[in-house]
Amino acid sequence: MTGTYLGMPAFPKAAHDAVHDPVLRGNLRHATHTIRAKRARAVGELSDWAALREAGRRIKDHTLRHLDRYLVQLEESVTAAGGTVHWAADAEEANRIVARLVRESGESEVVKVKSMATQETGLNEALEAEGIRAYETDLAELIVQLGKDRPSHILVPAIHRNRGEIRDIFRTEMGEWGRPAPEGLTDTPAELAEAARLHLREKFLRAKVGVSGANFMVAETGTLVVVESEGNGRMCLTLPETLISVVGIEKVVPTWRDLEVFLQTLPRSSTAERMNPYTSMWTGTTDGDGPRAFHLVLLDNGRTDTLADRVGRQALRCIRCSACLNVCPVYERAGGHAYGSVYPGPIGAILSPQLRGTASEIDASLPYASSLCGACYEVCPVAIDIPEVLVHLRERVVEGGPAVRQGNTVVLQPAKGHAAERAAMRAARWAFTHPGALRTGQRLASRTRRLHPCALPGPGRAWSGTRDLPAVPPEPFRDWWQRTRGGKDGAK
Amino acid sequence: MSSRERILGRVRRALADVPADEVPYEEAVSRDYLREHGRRTTGETVELLAENLVDYRAVVHRCDAEELPLLVLRLLAERGSQEVLVPPGLPPEWLAGAGPVRVHDRAADTAGRLDRVDSVVTGCAVAIAETGTIVLDGSPDQGRRRISLVPDHHICVVRVPDQVVSSVPQALERLDPTRPLTWISGPSATSDIELDRVEGVHGPRTLEVILLG
Ligand code: SF4
Repeated sequence: MTGTYLGMPAFPKAAHDAVHDPVLRGNLRHATHTIRAKRARAVGELSDWAALREAGRRIKDHTLRHLDRYLVQLEESVTAAGGTVHWAADAEEANRIVARLVRESGESEVVKVKSMATQETGLNEALEAEGIRAYETDLAELIVQLGKDRPSHILVPAIHRNRGEIRDIFRTEMGEWGRPAPEGLTDTPAELAEAARLHLREKFLRAKVGVSGANFMVAETGTLVVVESEGNGRMCLTLPETLISVVGIEKVVPTWRDLEVFLQTLPRSSTAERMNPYTSMWTGTTDGDGPRAFHLVLLDNGRTDTLADRVGRQALRCIRCSACLNVCPVYERAGGHAYGSVYPGPIGAILSPQLRGTASEIDASLPYASSLCGACYEVCPVAIDIPEVLVHLRERVVEGGPAVRQGNTVVLQPAKGHAAERAAMRAARWAFTHPGALRTGQRLASRTRRLHPCALPGPGRAWSGTRDLPAVPPEPFRDWWQRTRGGKDGAK
Repeated sequence: MSSRERILGRVRRALADVPADEVPYEEAVSRDYLREHGRRTTGETVELLAENLVDYRAVVHRCDAEELPLLVLRLLAERGSQEVLVPPGLPPEWLAGAGPVRVHDRAADTAGRLDRVDSVVTGCAVAIAETGTIVLDGSPDQGRRRISLVPDHHICVVRVPDQVVSSVPQALERLDPTRPLTWISGPSATSDIELDRVEGVHGPRTLEVILLG
């Protein structure tokens, strides 16, 4: 994955900077606490939440375990419905395919709906290098793009910006990209949204090529689903003549009916709504309605490597709801940028090191960016046992061993004595000793203990001991820390 | 080797641990969640739909077939709409009253042309009570997706109780995946600025739902 932010310091350094930025901390705290409370209410409305979560987990697991079959079926269905399917083994190939398709359409600009996959591949920069301008149209992405910034949250990429900062960015930057911000723009959210509406409308109306991701792809029908709020998704999916969707191979589900699970769990878990304002579903092309050409680019970019890891593959169940970010005490204090990837928070801590490997300092340190409090597992609508994977990845960083990289089995060297190890240990110490992060972690854990995983593999097993895992931190984590580090590096 | 073969090959190698005789899909997926939440009479289901629509800032009206033309006329007049977009198969009696100029959607109309129209009136395919959602499927009384997107004012007529279901699972059963579908729950909104919900970004900022029954 090319998404590593160049020159990104390892987790603890970046987290340290974030903690000492009072505006950033205030913005994050406000935002995550607001959404947490709302989400609990939205989930509480469904008496069968646990059954939906279990069904979601099973659908995704089953699909992943037969991924080859479902991808081939999806390809057939999309093709039969008038779409064209492309396969991209890595980020570079995906970007190359998109750039070629845009060039073939004779256009030099595209409108984009927020998509994690294209952020992961660095599509905008790749298109720029080819002389193609990509306009982000999601409000938060627009804020990030205009502010020459990086996203810090899956769902609300500009969560680190407050309204005053957003107004300033709109005032100074909008004119560079198109229609300038209205005179006398204030910082009320409604006015800022209106400014974005005006700025982007001219782009939508003239756009010939749209680029999107997708939340789900249905193998049996070839249907793609995009879940959104603002209507920019609908604009990008229906007004252009050519639509290019770049989607990770793990987004496929077997049947139409499977959507009944995820369309209930995703909106409630992510934006804490019964239903998000807009969901678009399309199957190939439709005469006289929407794009005349539809291209689906199926992206691997480390996903098959992740799939090869029997413990780690569950990370591919993720439906990117971002609930785990919002409850994470470490995320709340460190901020999204500290994770050095488009996938921040707990899911980023298990996904990035698997997609990219643990060779770099930041990736080696990510599995340590957690106090293992388990709150992320509790809220996850597809029951990804994030603590289990974190412990597994820590073991891999420390002890090395076999892993699959770009389709080849390699033997990773233990990180001992390398820069990666030092970075990892600093991250662990940060999450472990940072009083705020740990305290909140413990509080959450004690409230949620019965939902915790029963037993952990690898080093986790040593400290979970019994089948029933008691309150997670601080003892087990400390035990583990002591065992792997032998009390070195001044761990207290 | 093509990337297709490369990726499928990697997937197969990654899944070497999966036994060939693993339980099939039907058995692997448990569906012991509910088909709908709570027991309601038909009337109560419609009531819940209205409540949830209002909760997400849609404006809800009720009328019978006879009152409909006047109601539509009034809503357009209140809005000061000069032009109203009409999908090809909209029942003509819905717009029987005189009033704004009717713009019949034609394939040749550019998005820019649609942007100058004030309002649009459509039917719908199904409405979901538990979530306050209306779903459009591009049938003749709803038209192309863009016509309910570009104008700033959308009036959607739901035939109650026939078009109303309780839940998301029931809605999916009724829908045809080969049609382009748009699920709408309230007017367009964003929470991107400090997680404050603001209605109205790119889609219609005013959504009026008429429960016709
Ligand atoms: S890991 Fe689970 S909680 Fe986190 S974003 Fe993914 S689906 Fe949501």
